[in-house]
Amino acid sequence: MNTQSDPRLLVIPQRLAGVKHIVPVMSSKGGVGKTLLSTLLALAGADKKLKVGLLDLDFTNPSTHIVLGIDPASIQPVEEKGVIPPIIHGIKYMTLAIYTGENPTPLRGSAINDAFLEILAITRWGELDYLFIDTPPGLSDPQLNLLTYLPSRIEPLVVATPSPLAIRSVEKLLKVLIEGNYKITGLVENMSNNSKLLKIAEKYNVKYLGSIPYYNNIDGLIGNLEALRSSQFYGKIIHILKGIIRA
Amino acid sequence: MVHEWALAEAIAEYIEQQAKGRPVKKLVISLGVLQSIDREILDFALKNILDERNVRIGSIEYVDEEVVLRCKRCGYEWKPSMNEVDESIREAIHFVPEAVYSYFKCPRCGSRDFEIESGRGISIKEMVFDEHPK
Ligand SMILES: Nc1ncnc2c1ncn2[C@@H]1O[C@H](COP(=O)(O)OP(=O)(O)OP(=O)(O)O)[C@@H](O)[C@H]1O
Ligand SMILES: [Mg+2]
Ligand SMILES: [Zn+2]
Repeated sequence: MNTQSDPRLLVIPQRLAGVKHIVPVMSSKGGVGKTLLSTLLALAGADKKLKVGLLDLDFTNPSTHIVLGIDPASIQPVEEKGVIPPIIHGIKYMTLAIYTGENPTPLRGSAINDAFLEILAITRWGELDYLFIDTPPGLSDPQLNLLTYLPSRIEPLVVATPSPLAIRSVEKLLKVLIEGNYKITGLVENMSNNSKLLKIAEKYNVKYLGSIPYYNNIDGLIGNLEALRSSQFYGKIIHILKGIIRA
Repeated sequence: MVHEWALAEAIAEYIEQQAKGRPVKKLVISLGVLQSIDREILDFALKNILDERNVRIGSIEYVDEEVVLRCKRCGYEWKPSMNEVDESIREAIHFVPEAVYSYFKCPRCGSRDFEIESGRGISIKEMVFDEHPK
């Protein structure tokens, strides 16, 4: 399939036309904090009265709803010539979990691609300042869908931890993004007490958006918005969001 | 269930691009039964959108495409009857057919790794243009 032959591809640009910035939160390595970061960035944006959306593209393991503390199966999106995303805590929110609930959903690449095209073709985001996208780890179908079908629209934000295992993988992702001339929002260093990745950001000429320390208590706050909002973690998120807005 | 309109827009866009100003004599659209598309709404939406874009269209024919699933683990092939599926599940699959993987399993081995051989969603089967419009 090229970028012309599927009718759904033709309406996706229109569906996203009112979105100023599409920011997929990416890392080829798993478990570095993409879900927490993308969800809280959306929340911080909504708290700042920005128009924000959150799209969960981790189809086989959607988990942004867990951070938001909601039951996705209870959501009834409004239909109006498509699907209007429900507003959750001020965020226009879309996740496959609305349709799959907590059932396991193993998907091969072709099914991931179909679900991607379907969701993007039917969702009417309207006007947004930022659409944050939580992505699964890796550099395969879910990520390539974004890179290939929305090349001039996405502004990826890259997350990494300072582990030697993560550094190698973030360099590979940055290479792919730079080779493809993507507009990179910046690099966030997570679970780190220093700025070890500043060197990487400089090497690849991407904006270093800051580092977030490892907080022992964070798992206890997930799903509890008030506790999350008053956490030190959230303070860091607000700082990072300011960096994104300035960029 | 009016998200059919969104899909109609995609199809209309495609037809318009392919037609390049020629009238469309005949259009055959295949409706995968898995997605339980409302034919009337789709037809209404499609005609409306094409009309708005000044794409002239002769006949539109709809054909249902039976759902055939094939298990990748044991090879078993089956044809689920969508009418017997719970309404809320049908609704979920209606929006995103891939939700089928969270509700269906191979009746023989229990695997969720099956292929939708046919009947997933909407596709254009045939498009005939009027090359010499009067
Ligand atoms: N700064 C932090 N301090 C402490 N724990 C953190 C921090 N950031 C993330 N975590 C924890 O690390 C785990 C992984 O975070 P998260 O699920 O957001 O990562 P992910 O990149 O989305 O993972 P995956 O690649 O599996 O999607 C979670 O338990 C989360 O609470
Ligand atoms: Mg995640
Ligand atoms: Zn089987």
